[in-house]
Amino acid sequence: MQQQGNRFFFNVDWISVLIYICLCAIGFVNIYASIPHPENSSAFDFGSSYGKQLIYIITGLILGLSILLFDGRLFNVFSPFVYGGTLLLLVVVLFVGRNVGGNQAWIPLGSFRLQPSEFAKFGTALFLARYVSSFNPKFRDFKSIFFAAIIVLAPLALIMLQPDTGSALVFLAFMFPLYREGLSGYFLLIFLGMIVLFVADFLVPSAILIGIIIAVAGLFIYANKRKQTIIITTVMVTVIAIAYLFLVKVAFNNILAPHQRTRIELMLGLKTDNKGAGYNVIQSQIAIGSGQATGRGFLQGTQTKYGYVPAQSTDFIFSTVGEEWGFVGCFVIIGLFIFLLLRLINLAERQRSTFSRVYGYSVACILFFHVFINIGMTIGIIPVIGIPLPFISYGGSSLWSFTILLFIFLKLDSNRMGFI
Amino acid sequence: MEQLFNRKYIIQGLFIVVALILLAKLFYIQIVSDKAFVSAESNVLKKKFKYPARGAILDRTGKVIVQNEPVYDLMVIPNEVKAFDTLALANALEISLADARKFMRKARAKSPYQATPFVKQISVQSYARLQEIMYRFPGFSTQDRTIRHYPDSVGGQLFGYVKEVSQLDIEKSENYYRSGDYIGKSGLERSYEEVLRGERGVVNTIYDVHNTPQGSYADGKYDINAIAGERLISGIDIQVQKLGEELMQNKVGAIVAIEPSSGEIISMVSSPGYDPNLLVGKDQGNHYMDLIGNPYRPSLVRPIQGYYPPGSAFKPIDALIGLQEGVIDPNTTFFCPHYYQAGNRKIKCEHFDGSISLRRGIARSCNTYFCYVFQKLITKNGMKNQRQTYQEWRDKVSKFGFGVKLDIDLPFEKKGYFYNSDHYDKLYGKRWGYTNVISQAIGQGEITATPLQIANAMAVIANRGYYIKPHLIKAIGDRIKKEYVEKNYVGVDAKHFEPVIDGMQDAVNTSWGTAVLSRIPNILMCGKTGTVQNSRGKNHSVFIGFAPRDNPKIAIAVIVENAGYGSTYAAPIASYMVEKYITRQVSGARANQVEWMKSQNLLPLIIDKSKKPKLTKADSLSIKKADSAKRIQDSIRIKSASSKEVISVQLNKKTKINTNK
Repeated sequence: MQQQGNRFFFNVDWISVLIYICLCAIGFVNIYASIPHPENSSAFDFGSSYGKQLIYIITGLILGLSILLFDGRLFNVFSPFVYGGTLLLLVVVLFVGRNVGGNQAWIPLGSFRLQPSEFAKFGTALFLARYVSSFNPKFRDFKSIFFAAIIVLAPLALIMLQPDTGSALVFLAFMFPLYREGLSGYFLLIFLGMIVLFVADFLVPSAILIGIIIAVAGLFIYANKRKQTIIITTVMVTVIAIAYLFLVKVAFNNILAPHQRTRIELMLGLKTDNKGAGYNVIQSQIAIGSGQATGRGFLQGTQTKYGYVPAQSTDFIFSTVGEEWGFVGCFVIIGLFIFLLLRLINLAERQRSTFSRVYGYSVACILFFHVFINIGMTIGIIPVIGIPLPFISYGGSSLWSFTILLFIFLKLDSNRMGFI
Repeated sequence: MEQLFNRKYIIQGLFIVVALILLAKLFYIQIVSDKAFVSAESNVLKKKFKYPARGAILDRTGKVIVQNEPVYDLMVIPNEVKAFDTLALANALEISLADARKFMRKARAKSPYQATPFVKQISVQSYARLQEIMYRFPGFSTQDRTIRHYPDSVGGQLFGYVKEVSQLDIEKSENYYRSGDYIGKSGLERSYEEVLRGERGVVNTIYDVHNTPQGSYADGKYDINAIAGERLISGIDIQVQKLGEELMQNKVGAIVAIEPSSGEIISMVSSPGYDPNLLVGKDQGNHYMDLIGNPYRPSLVRPIQGYYPPGSAFKPIDALIGLQEGVIDPNTTFFCPHYYQAGNRKIKCEHFDGSISLRRGIARSCNTYFCYVFQKLITKNGMKNQRQTYQEWRDKVSKFGFGVKLDIDLPFEKKGYFYNSDHYDKLYGKRWGYTNVISQAIGQGEITATPLQIANAMAVIANRGYYIKPHLIKAIGDRIKKEYVEKNYVGVDAKHFEPVIDGMQDAVNTSWGTAVLSRIPNILMCGKTGTVQNSRGKNHSVFIGFAPRDNPKIAIAVIVENAGYGSTYAAPIASYMVEKYITRQVSGARANQVEWMKSQNLLPLIIDKSKKPKLTKADSLSIKKADSAKRIQDSIRIKSASSKEVISVQLNKKTKINTNK
């Protein structure tokens, strides 16, 4: 057993671990820079957020390494329980949770606060992997799509009830592993089309937009005038698209909370608001932009130092990177993330077991969603959605959940030659 | 069947595309655009400007004639304003609630983040009231600065005024000035702007997001201490200036008095004048519009911008050039038949002398004598070379300062008209001679000069042959201005001046002189009257002179528009000025004459075209009548009440341009 353990240990992808440690270290440095430092502060303070983050990083690392010591089979076996447990926590949090910033997302455990939605990610990933690996569906039938959807949408719906739209959105990332496993590309196209139409609906007058859709449809029908099925499908798609446009407007005005509406309007440039809801985005962009090519240097960022960007150590940590390290720093972080993501996909593809592969894809895509939405939000190309930047943002729950998410996969990967 | 593992590339491709989108946006906001950088600076960095005191101006006796007074601007940073008691603020400022709201909107429109003036130049009382309740109005602050004050309330056109910079000023200065700065717009305030303004200081302070100061920026590396503007020492004698403006009240014209030995201007009166304090403070704009709208054009700086034919005051120059060129000598006499015949023109004389000498010709202001001198000068090389000799003559005269700018230290100086021979070539072809231009012999016709040029010519005579550039400011701080020591010789030998000065002495000091009524007891003033024909109305009254004859201390030119003979108004005014300057007072019976002169109203009739669209023939006749009646009165100096009535009718629209008293 001891010998076997060593062999598996040797098979761990240490490059990914190294990138993980790098990102955590970068996070620590920038959290250190993000909080005010009085002139006479003592060298190190474990009560401060950077002190706590160091503890989280060390414990996270211990957690990650101990995951590597687990028997890899356990993850498959226990995945229904983990999934069920996280769903239970998501229900519990709605009743006993503490409300922080409008979201009923936290379960207080002594001095620590647990955020079940963070753990629901790997719970869902594990169970989805198990479902796919055990039934081996190709997602050509309604039933398999339906079940997969239920697995993903159940936690998503519970999180929406908190309501934590940002965390809920991340669950859409599971569309990619399903796509990899055979889900039709049309789902992605429809999803993409919905986003495009959603944005276009606000920027282009409805009449013109409908005109364009009908014109495109007309051309398409003309080009395929002999193929009856295509014509019928096109007409249906057109009708649905137009109905969707009206639905979007209705939903936007009646379902979304006012602050969400404002964030979307700000992102689309329909509104400018330098003081209210737009303040975060504007200040974040100012901080990042003022870093210019090489940044102002460690602890030299004035926007960072004097507190101009709210939530600077958590969701807006990237603005500190942008200001103090400039374009070079941003490039390095995005580069590290992309390197890690591409590597995780490659690792996933080399798995023999479907379980490991689906799980690997889920990890990569969840991280991708977080990175894209978080950085996109700080530079104003995505509406403000409060989700953390993996490994970098301040916070124990998120760091640990990302660590668990990643290290489970690294464990599965180290076992790839064996069983499962 | 589709190879599902190929889908890996689509997903990886998506990752890369998204990463590139993020990097592209980052590249734009961090490297391409510097907007964010600028915004970041303005987030944390607040500049507080320290406005230096503008330089004071002293007169020649060391008295302060331009100084500063503290005022306070109430500034506001709209975005830092919390809900506040608008009524309390409005009451403290003595403004209406509606105004307070309007000012707030204006300030917000200007800049929500920068400190913008809410109310400018608040009164000391308002300031005191505000100090007690300031804590209730976050976002408001007071900015202390100074405004100009002119203790003697004279010299409006001379000192000019300062005003907030315009956008154009800012651009012209290549952004030296900032919106809200003040700049000298005219007069001395303008020409010495760069030394008067001093250096604006800046204190850079870092503020955190709660607007709490976090200390100096870069340890004060970029802070600048305000440097006060420099003190100017002028040649003005404010007592004489004051007297001059009082004498000229309700008259249109100019006085320029120069110290011949230094070129320093002792007094420069432009009438109608105005109190420079009117163009200071809150009502500056309204007062400025009043001045611009005033039909007597007080905004015109007549001593350097008014064009007047020098008239008989030009005759001494004719004589000097005649003597230098040898066409006459001090003993030359001409026969004056009461007129001079030039071709088919007749130039009349106002005196009866018959054969007349140079000395008496000047004293009696004989037109004939100087037409002969001019004729001789122009024809000295024969009839065919008159165009060339005219040009030579013109160049000699212009050495006295006619037809050129004298470079006085005031903006917008004009040079007058004094034509070269090619001008007449254009008018008459190449066939013209002295008869065509004879009116210039007596300073009439095409030649016009500014009062400054005329006074400067007088300084040349007083100095016997040279002038020093006339100037108002002799020293900046302790530095004497070097450019004002050079002697500009006019090319006439000193010995030729004495005969001319003899004549000028007689003009004032003998019973047959034209200005004998202006003789000053115990001071030998030399001078020359002029009665300048004026196509647009009554003659201008002109006098030029200097005193005393030996070691002259003052050279002076006085022009009173539409006042008639030079001897009636211009000469006495000059004599009071000279006496005041030399003896510090006007003594004896002449003191009463000063009061009479001050009370005289000689403002010409202004026809308000908006009210009277067309002048009927009857109207113009009555004006002429009133005018000629007036001239007769002037000449025999009848102080009748009837003439005043005529004038008081003219003055119905007269505003408070003369607030000297």
